[in-house]
Amino acid sequence: MSKKHLVIVGNGMAPGRMLEHLFEVTDAYDVTIFNAEPRVNYDRIMLSPVLSGEKTYADIIIHGEGWYEEHGITLHQGEKITEIHRNERKVLSEAGREVAYDKLVIATGSNPFIIPLPGHDLPGVLAYRDLDDTGAMIDASDKGGRAVVIGGGLLGLEAAAGLKQRGMEVTVIHLMPTLMERQLDTAAGYLLQRELEGRGIEVLCEANTKQILGKDRVEGVELADGRVIDASLVVMAVGIRPNVQLAQEAGLEINRGIVTDATMKTSDPNIYSVGECVEVGGLVYGLVAPLYRMAKVAADHLAGASEMAFAHAETPTKLKVTGCDLYSVGDFAEGDGREDIVLRDAMRGTYKRVILKDNKIIGAVLYGDVADGGWYNELLKSGEDISEMRETLIFGQAYQGGAGADPLAAVANLADDAEICGCNGITKGTIMAAIQAKGLTTLADVRAHTKASASCGTCTGLVENVMALTLGDAFQLPASEGMCPCTPHSHGHVRRLIKAKGLKSIPAVMQALEWTTPEGCAKCRPALNYYLVADWPGVYVDDQQSRFINERVHANIQKDGTYSVVPRMFGGITTPDELRAIADVADKYEIPTVKVTGGQRIDLLGVKKEDLIPVWADLNAAGMISGAAYAKGLRTVKTCVGSDWCRFGTQDSTGLGIKLEHYLWGAWTPAKLKLAVSGCPRNCAESTCKDIGIVCVDSGYEVLYGGAAGLHIQGTTKLGTVPSEEDVIEVVGALTQYYRETGFYLERIYKWADRLGYDHIREVILDDLDQRKAYNARFAYAQSFAQVDPWAEFVSGKDAHEFNPINIRKLEAAE
Amino acid sequence: MNVQAKTWVSIGPLTEIPRQGARCVKNGDMSIAVFRTSQDQVFALEDKCPHKNGPLSQGIVHDGCVTCPLHNWVISLETGAAQGADVGQTATFEIKIKDGIVLLAL
Repeated sequence: MSKKHLVIVGNGMAPGRMLEHLFEVTDAYDVTIFNAEPRVNYDRIMLSPVLSGEKTYADIIIHGEGWYEEHGITLHQGEKITEIHRNERKVLSEAGREVAYDKLVIATGSNPFIIPLPGHDLPGVLAYRDLDDTGAMIDASDKGGRAVVIGGGLLGLEAAAGLKQRGMEVTVIHLMPTLMERQLDTAAGYLLQRELEGRGIEVLCEANTKQILGKDRVEGVELADGRVIDASLVVMAVGIRPNVQLAQEAGLEINRGIVTDATMKTSDPNIYSVGECVEVGGLVYGLVAPLYRMAKVAADHLAGASEMAFAHAETPTKLKVTGCDLYSVGDFAEGDGREDIVLRDAMRGTYKRVILKDNKIIGAVLYGDVADGGWYNELLKSGEDISEMRETLIFGQAYQGGAGADPLAAVANLADDAEICGCNGITKGTIMAAIQAKGLTTLADVRAHTKASASCGTCTGLVENVMALTLGDAFQLPASEGMCPCTPHSHGHVRRLIKAKGLKSIPAVMQALEWTTPEGCAKCRPALNYYLVADWPGVYVDDQQSRFINERVHANIQKDGTYSVVPRMFGGITTPDELRAIADVADKYEIPTVKVTGGQRIDLLGVKKEDLIPVWADLNAAGMISGAAYAKGLRTVKTCVGSDWCRFGTQDSTGLGIKLEHYLWGAWTPAKLKLAVSGCPRNCAESTCKDIGIVCVDSGYEVLYGGAAGLHIQGTTKLGTVPSEEDVIEVVGALTQYYRETGFYLERIYKWADRLGYDHIREVILDDLDQRKAYNARFAYAQSFAQVDPWAEFVSGKDAHEFNPINIRKLEAAE
Repeated sequence: MNVQAKTWVSIGPLTEIPRQGARCVKNGDMSIAVFRTSQDQVFALEDKCPHKNGPLSQGIVHDGCVTCPLHNWVISLETGAAQGADVGQTATFEIKIKDGIVLLAL
């Protein structure tokens, strides 16, 4: 019986592997391969080491010429198939060759996706897909200069690392906020970015490419925000598209890829498909492991009747960049009933996260320490119930010591001279000896006697473990004093460490301080955002999604979901024009309630969210800005009429109030900040129950602070008396800044002062002139970034998504 | 009885929803909040907290939940159920993404 004829379109890794399997079980076929690339089958996964110079083309060949001869395969290199005639079971090549088949396998792979930007067809713009691309990149890198890589996914980063290793300057442009967002969570993406930046690769996230510049060849890249980056090479690595053209023209069923059943058969029973061009079970694949499984299934079915079926399995992702260890597998998105176990080690820069559902592992993300990746993947695949080893799961396989593994084992196994507290150089032995010799039972005692965990405090957990080990049952872990359940660190610790370690983003804080959740909660995120805003003016970019709604949309949400709008009236002074504009707005937008507030301004209540922007535009046009009546920040400066009108007034309290409000507006503070200026001790502006109050007297100005008139009622305490308005402004600026730098989020100024001590605050802010000037200077510097009217920004189009529904459906009236 | 088949309605591109944020879909008188997590998952809930009808779309999104802006109830994005000691449930809607477009089952 003559052999059947098998024709394969494409000569990549999947059909290569398929043939290996096929030849193992049968020699029933004569095989002909058409390959558009003029090469034998090579390992595409290894293109990155070729680019970086760690390997050569010869190293990555899978099937040499000899292999094709040995198996009697006819290989047409560099010859594309242009048509499939399914009725006649024939293929036609571009060279005019006609070949008949009994079975056909389409393995056309995928094409790199090229964003059709202006300039994308200039010489010097490359994809990163095959050996030709790699060769072109190597040639370009010999000339030096800067390469811009568009796309911060797996391929893009491998290209970037390789080009850097070849001596080019490299910038990565990535549309999303974190790198490799499909394989990594935010925390691991941050660590990866830090590692790449440490190697001198510039990483620009949330950057949108507008066009590629150049006349005869590429000269640079322009971003949507106007930035221009010079470049002699641009690599686009933004994704791949299954190459379905040939199959489509042949009339096979196509969706995202060539649709096959679980036996890899297409809609034509004589045609199979394998590789990146395939869509099976509704999914397309780009990693090699599932492609090899497709190859095995297809080979089995080509060989004869078979039960084998392709089944989806999670495939781990690894980055092939030497020294960047990351591993991710499975599902690490959020969802109900899912639990995270997170272990961060700030010293070693590692991050481990295992995602559980119903006591089974459904995903893992590892950075820095990937040794246990395979083990977690095994547990994921087997679906084993992990409740027995839950306590120690995150430490890895080495800590699974059979039944009832001890969570303290890691600490117990440390030698006595192992350092526990890095800041103070305190060893495990020293702590244990002190506990025993002095009968210490609390963390505070241990801190006092040994200094362990008394500085930065990151080792607190370790010290507690040593205590538990030494004291046994006598030691009870203290209730957490952490700022929220995401961290054992208190607000004070967090604030100190942000400065001490130079942490400038929320992910940086969460990693360095070993947060136990992937992305924090509604308690810690707003607090961290405030601390970073206050500590790094002009550097930190406010994270809107970590702000409460009122601060995000600069209006106060009301119980029915509408908003209230309060324009600023400096010092409580307004004009007929402003009042007319407010009245017009109230009429035009049918605002149901107009109320005079306790802070001497006017509140428009019941504004619909979609009306906010037009309301602000109208108020802006009349010269008014946001009154920040929603802010953990400066609210109002209330005044009396003072010496301008009042027969008792000693100074111009109204004028001073206006000056203060002009100086302070826009400032973010730990909690809301309300001021008042009274023109005489009769105190008509109620200065003595404000956060900061000024009372004018004949000889000057009394500066008071720490009042409260809410749930808690408390009179102010006097900071001191100063002679001039300039002094008042300087002292208030310094006091506000000291509060901004040391206050805990949501801590009003009176609580802050109780905690720090009124005497201490007076020494720093009033008595020590140098410190006063330094604090005030820092405040003025921060204000240079903070005094931007948020209403005007929104009116000019910023964050428009906040204010409009994405979609409105009008329902047809039902019959 | 009248059985109504659900229809998939295109509501717009995923990129129009901020990460760790939400957008609203007005469906007649009802408002539906469509959330996007930091991992680009999408969820749809009626924009009403089971507690006092707070607009969940305006809350802070974290670890698969949203915290209501009115009284800090924490609601699961997947099931609409109140978390912790609070009891209550918000209606959920099926949702999916196809070619970057968010589709909502109504």
